[in-house]
Amino acid sequence: MLKYIARRLAMLVIVIIGVTLITFTMMHLAPGDPAELIATARYGMENLTEEDVERIRVAEGLDAPVFIQYLRWLGHTVRGDFGCSLVTGDPVQEEILLKIPATFQLALAALVVSLLIAIPAGIISAVKQYSPLDYLTMTGALLGVSMPNFWLGLLLILLFSVTLGWFPVFGYGSLRHMILPAVTLGTGMAAITTRLTRSSMLDVLRQDYIIAARSKGLAERNVIRTHALKNSFIPVVTIVGLQIGHLLEGTVIVESIFAWPGIGKLLVDSIFARDFSMIQGCVLLFAVLFVIVNLLVDISYVYLDPRIRYEKES
Amino acid sequence: MASAAVAVERNLTFIQLKKNKLAIIGLLIISLLVIVAVFAPVLAPHHPYEQDLDRVMMAPCSEYPFGTDDFGRCILSRIIFGTRISLAIGLIVTAISAVAGIILGMLAGFYGGVIDEVIMRIVDIFLAFPGLILALVIAGLLGPGMFNVLFALALVGWMGYARVVRGAVLAEKEKSFVETAMSLGASDLYIMCRHLLPNVIAPVIVMATLGIGHTILAAAGLSFLGLGAQPPIPVWGSMLNDGKQYLQTAPYMTIFPGLAIMITVLSFNFLGDGLRDIFDPRLKEKSIE
Amino acid sequence: MALLSIRNLTTVFHAEEGEIKACDQVSMDIPAGKTIGLIGETGCGKSVLGMSILRLLPRNAVIRGEIYYKDQDVLKMNGDQLQRLRGNEIALLPQSPSTSLNPVLKIGFQIAEGLHLHRKTKWEQAWEKAVEMLDFLKLPEPEKRVQEYPHQLSGGMKQRALAAASITGNPSLLIADEPTKGLDAVLRAQVVGVLRQLARETGAAMLLITHDLKVAASLCDQIAVMYAGEILEQGAAEQVLKDPVHPYTKGLLASLPEHGLHPIPGYSPSLLDVPAGCKFHQRCSLARDLCAEKCPPLQIINGVQVRCFFGDQSGEPQQELHNRDLQEAAV
Repeated sequence: MLKYIARRLAMLVIVIIGVTLITFTMMHLAPGDPAELIATARYGMENLTEEDVERIRVAEGLDAPVFIQYLRWLGHTVRGDFGCSLVTGDPVQEEILLKIPATFQLALAALVVSLLIAIPAGIISAVKQYSPLDYLTMTGALLGVSMPNFWLGLLLILLFSVTLGWFPVFGYGSLRHMILPAVTLGTGMAAITTRLTRSSMLDVLRQDYIIAARSKGLAERNVIRTHALKNSFIPVVTIVGLQIGHLLEGTVIVESIFAWPGIGKLLVDSIFARDFSMIQGCVLLFAVLFVIVNLLVDISYVYLDPRIRYEKES
Repeated sequence: MASAAVAVERNLTFIQLKKNKLAIIGLLIISLLVIVAVFAPVLAPHHPYEQDLDRVMMAPCSEYPFGTDDFGRCILSRIIFGTRISLAIGLIVTAISAVAGIILGMLAGFYGGVIDEVIMRIVDIFLAFPGLILALVIAGLLGPGMFNVLFALALVGWMGYARVVRGAVLAEKEKSFVETAMSLGASDLYIMCRHLLPNVIAPVIVMATLGIGHTILAAAGLSFLGLGAQPPIPVWGSMLNDGKQYLQTAPYMTIFPGLAIMITVLSFNFLGDGLRDIFDPRLKEKSIE
Repeated sequence: MALLSIRNLTTVFHAEEGEIKACDQVSMDIPAGKTIGLIGETGCGKSVLGMSILRLLPRNAVIRGEIYYKDQDVLKMNGDQLQRLRGNEIALLPQSPSTSLNPVLKIGFQIAEGLHLHRKTKWEQAWEKAVEMLDFLKLPEPEKRVQEYPHQLSGGMKQRALAAASITGNPSLLIADEPTKGLDAVLRAQVVGVLRQLARETGAAMLLITHDLKVAASLCDQIAVMYAGEILEQGAAEQVLKDPVHPYTKGLLASLPEHGLHPIPGYSPSLLDVPAGCKFHQRCSLARDLCAEKCPPLQIINGVQVRCFFGDQSGEPQQELHNRDLQEAAV
């Protein structure tokens, strides 16, 4: 078990290096002189002088070759120094740590919304396959999967904020602020999760042990609850694990719509501001989050599926 | 008993029809979209860039069936021309990703060993990071322009194809016809193209069809955030971005482009789902009484 | 009166490829306490017959006919009645223990739940009883096994665990579906031992569905031979196996190793496309034009029921029997 975890963490390191290397490369392939951009961000267009730009170039080490710059960055990062925002001058980790809670809350809320909708819907659709309810659910799920989540967000704003005035559009602070973003993000995920839950459940319902359970004279409800559910949860955990990626991707867009002060919005703003240090910091964070959450999901299998537990122990 | 029998029989044919029906509907809509894209100049009532600052943000009317945007441009016309861009991105990105994925997957599966290890590690690395975010970073840093979005999306889109093709190649490789071909002296490339590729193409087609829809959504998302083609080029995603500020006064700026995206992606999903059912009948869902 | 009376059972699957007639006008009786063997090749419909009795078929299957269990027609039962029947009165010992045991539930639980359901045993006692039952079926270390999961047991052990789970309701009829399929000689002997023990010590009737003639020979009182969805020959086990009447049964016996391994020429028909007339006529050495046109009715020849025009080898086609006569013959 420990070897498995160690291997995954080693992978994390490679991923971080790979991804940040790509980002770094892109930053330097981008049009515009980084030093100039930083100077503009700091001092504004009008007050800029040649000396300022040069000073910044040297100070930030932008005169060295790209590869050296990357190694330098890597060296700093390993020592826990993530640099400072090129826009505000504040340390990157401060800014990020400040914004993590907001994203975490949104993601959690969205996940809850998504699971509350998807799992019952998927299970009921599977159990009552071919019924009108099944078709309705599947149609809804298909629409949900095809709909851009930012469009859904805007429609929800249109309906609930603008027309009905129930919820505020922007901002952060109370439950009321969180509902629209969480529903936007959660509904999109629910669509995918519903489909996957349903097919997983259908798969289980086809198995021999379900027929065997029925042959014992167990009530159908009992068969579903005791025999089918646990088996279908294992793939559902995979599904939810796979959804973490979508969840993170979704926060980027949803936070931008609702001006939710989280890491997603931070990343988008940093990209447009060409705040390189911040971009690297955010990318690093997303990599770590993604790999660790997936690792946790994989570990949870061990507790859910006795067959895997057995393999690991033997 | 007889009525139950009749009910079952009727139910089953209905279901079979329905499944194929969705795929056909999808195909029809896609064809319609292609026609719209190709004949855009003829179909659009106005020029997509044409501004009329006197008629800014007008509600839908006979002259402007979808209304006008904040520059007085006809929303319907912009959506019609936007079809070109959306379909183009979807097709080009998917084509590039699929081809790259097929090649890499084929090489990995066929040669195995070090090549397989290296390629699969690269796949794992790319898969270990949320694709859209990486695409966002890449496209965002490279700057505005459709090409950057294309590049970014293609870069994060190939892994699925590589994995699927590799898996299929590994399965097919074991079969004797490969050995036969090899013993007859066929070149590797020949075997890969003539023998393996046709057997491996089915899941790729399904993936690609669904992939086009997925790409269009992703591209719309990136455009919404401000990347990709810049105004006045009509891109559905950025049209939504424009409409964002005027939700109260001109909701149609938001409703129609979004609807266009959804219908387009839906049609590819219909088709993709239908194709998947056809190519893998073992996935047919039979339920138990 | 027989315990289970099947009359004109026809089971059809409505599949994409067409209609699959797995059982065609099958009639048979299972007397209380007796073991009836249902033998035939793979794909002849015998498992479907077994499943039809308990109505455990997928949604696309349509069952017509009558199945009388103690005077009640199973096919007309509602959900509750069917539930009370299953496991309690008629139990299924499913095929393939590897897939018929739930992989994520402990062995003990899968037995205890039956006890809890059928005998209203309290859970703690049910688990204890489960240990007893596994012991009864000669499973070594039952206290340990009861806490384990199916994948931790060997094939033979799983078979016994599955058997234990099936008989928790003390059924009057046990349907054993291919219990020795894919097993080696040692395991096969063990399973035969288990089944014999079950039949003897519980007094239950058994419908033994198998393709293995030797197994049928060692366990069955009566044997029915099935082919392409039809019963071709039915009678006392000794009779059918020593002195068969139907050409197919003769062919089956001739194909056994000890009789020379003579295969029956041709292939059994796909149930999608059954031949007209006698289903076996295309492979039969006695076949005449009549066989291709009309499906032979069940007749009594030499004390067994046979579906063949020329079974008695007199050269003349036989007359049809009335249902009344069939019932008399079955008793």
